[in-house]
Amino acid sequence: MKTVEEIKSAIEAAVPGAPVEIAPNPNPALPHSLRVAPECALAVAKFLRDDEELKLDFLSNVTGVDWPESLEAVYHLYSVEKKHGPVIIRMHTVNRTDQVELPSLTPIWRSAEFQEREIFDLYGIVFTGHPDLRRLLMWEGFKDHPMRKDYREPDDFEYEPTAHDEVLKRAQANQAVAAGQKESGAGA
Amino acid sequence: MSDTQSHSAILADRLEGWNRPTAIVPQNEGELLEVAMGPHHPSTHGVFRMDVALDGERVIRLRPVFGYLHRNHEKIAEGISYLASMPYTDRLDYICPITNNWAYALAVEKLTGQAVPERAEYLRVILGELTRYQNHASSIGFLIQEMGASGTPLMYAYREREKILDLFEELTGARMMVNYMRFGGCRVDASQGWLERTRKVVAGLAGFADEFDRLLSTNEILMARTQGVGVLRPELAVNAGVTGPMLRASSVNYDIRKVDGYGIYSRFNFRVPLGDHGDVYDRYMIRVLEMRESIKILEQALKEIQPGPVMDPKAKIRGLRPKAGEAYGRIEAPKGELGFYLISDGGPNPYRYRVRPPSLINLTVLEDMCLGVNVADVVLIFGSVDIVLGEVDR
Amino acid sequence: MLGEGILKGMAETAKNFFGSYFSAERLTTVEYPEQRVAPFEAARVFPFLVFDQENRDGGGPEWEAGMRCVACQICEKECPPKCIYIEKSKDKKLDYLGKAQYYPARFDIDISVCMSCQICVEVCPFEAIKMDTEYELSTDDRFGSLLLDREQLAKSNEYYHQIHPTEASAVDTRLAAEKVKADARAKAAAQAATAKAVAIAGEGA
Repeated sequence: MKTVEEIKSAIEAAVPGAPVEIAPNPNPALPHSLRVAPECALAVAKFLRDDEELKLDFLSNVTGVDWPESLEAVYHLYSVEKKHGPVIIRMHTVNRTDQVELPSLTPIWRSAEFQEREIFDLYGIVFTGHPDLRRLLMWEGFKDHPMRKDYREPDDFEYEPTAHDEVLKRAQANQAVAAGQKESGAGA
Repeated sequence: MSDTQSHSAILADRLEGWNRPTAIVPQNEGELLEVAMGPHHPSTHGVFRMDVALDGERVIRLRPVFGYLHRNHEKIAEGISYLASMPYTDRLDYICPITNNWAYALAVEKLTGQAVPERAEYLRVILGELTRYQNHASSIGFLIQEMGASGTPLMYAYREREKILDLFEELTGARMMVNYMRFGGCRVDASQGWLERTRKVVAGLAGFADEFDRLLSTNEILMARTQGVGVLRPELAVNAGVTGPMLRASSVNYDIRKVDGYGIYSRFNFRVPLGDHGDVYDRYMIRVLEMRESIKILEQALKEIQPGPVMDPKAKIRGLRPKAGEAYGRIEAPKGELGFYLISDGGPNPYRYRVRPPSLINLTVLEDMCLGVNVADVVLIFGSVDIVLGEVDR
Repeated sequence: MLGEGILKGMAETAKNFFGSYFSAERLTTVEYPEQRVAPFEAARVFPFLVFDQENRDGGGPEWEAGMRCVACQICEKECPPKCIYIEKSKDKKLDYLGKAQYYPARFDIDISVCMSCQICVEVCPFEAIKMDTEYELSTDDRFGSLLLDREQLAKSNEYYHQIHPTEASAVDTRLAAEKVKADARAKAAAQAATAKAVAIAGEGA
């Protein structure tokens, strides 16, 4: 299979004007990935799937990642016909708060259907062009996005006998509040 | 390439055609009957719901609903160390804990560049193939049970599974939640007595596969109910990310043990069975044939295993802090391609820990296969996908 | 002939059914609770704290004085579901090597959360916590009785020998070897000290 640099030049040759850059893996012994701009992601994906040499017809894994400035979707591509891979492409959103759209690659690879729904559910990335974007694991009507780093679980501890760290602090705060309420209730 | 016209032209090109299921027109008049099959259902392999819209007995629309067993495994893993995630991986695909452990250990070993001693690789293969055998046996057992066989093949399968679970308990201490693999090898070494008992059990497994064949494979009721039902075309299977026995039953030759050759699988001589039609009967037969191939691998591995260490003595188990980087490690689990994607930022906990669940992705095509068939066949098709909810929902 | 497959299957079922009267392999059930399957030696259910009956420092009940745990809290840190809660003592007591060590003033394990992964056993440097095989632990109090405290967790080294004989013998051998090494080091240090004292006295005189 081609190296990452060769794939990058092939993409730039076939889809002109597509900003593609190599995102190096911090560990240089492991495979590097290609960072694709969201505007031309569909065209790049179509090229990767249909190109005669690459023939990456199998999308193995779609992952959402929460970075401090943006959200990211990482796609692992393999080829069943040529038995090579992986080719890793990534897309970043503009920011984490209001501009969280990315194009959905479900029209190209159907296996992204449930995985992109899961990323929408757990991270909040809105995939435009997805045929059926609903929550997957959390129930409909659930408000927040649980896998984000700043997600705060609801305070509904019933019984935490061996609490540690964060849970301990919140359990103690809850107990203090409950004791205060009982006192004021008894007094009033 | 931000031309909106070509963007929508691509979408229009791909949204029709074989990428989405074709709609079925209801025959009778009147409203569709909407039934929720599950989550409290004896045949849904766990807490799983299918919202089916029926026209009489035919399925017009099927929407799977997940999340009843969501335990937030990925977020828990971001808060605990790499070692502490290992027992949680046991509980993903809870019928095959060894292969879950193996996939996670493989991903972390890729991340750290850790090498594994040879005896540990052989033990991994032996336990992995035993797991594959008992998983296929119980999967077929449950499929036949849902067909109405009231548990007889299931209990025969479980009788063999008990022997294998006894081996696991003797070696690792627990029948199912084994917590056996470590980053750089296996936790405990197998004694000579254990290997002897394993050889005895493996010698009996072939006889059981024969018994299963005689009991079921030419059974007319089985053939009438499963042949031609739930056909999955190979192009759709590959495009939808289906892996495992379901993909091979649609005659696509892709077995990660052969493609990636992880561990020492390249040393063993085994074949990859492929189906012709992609229906439920082919998926059943593929599993039986894979059971036989597992026996072949087991016999070879048990013959070739040599004494030696099972753990690299310099490997760090506690307090593992891999260098910053990311790795994707995948294996051929009995249900499909199980992959772990880890992003490390140099700290003791992973920054991102993702499980690629084969059961969830195999369910992408459930609606495609079930449109237009009767409700009874939906149960069969769903059973032939062979999912486990611990993995779908994590 | 139509139905041949079904008849072949029925022959298999008949072989299993009638065979279960004759061969032990076909009769695979055990009538629990009248009959019980003996657990394997490596089986693990929930942890317990080991105490030695011989090496005791100070008074108090046997289980408290001989407990091997030194409250290093490594098991608490490594436990995946964080079901262990340890409070260190303020004073120290001597362990079997003669070193002064802390001991746990409070050691709680919540067995409704414990997942029997045995990582606490693996990481303990002092052979103080091991896995029990007791599994008939049903109780009707969902909260209090599933939180085992120090006293409920403490079981003797003899009990450990009963449930895991090979492992316990290996642990005892290891600890005895440690003690031999520590004694040898102490003797060498004492000899060096006396030699030094003699040399200083000889210089002085």
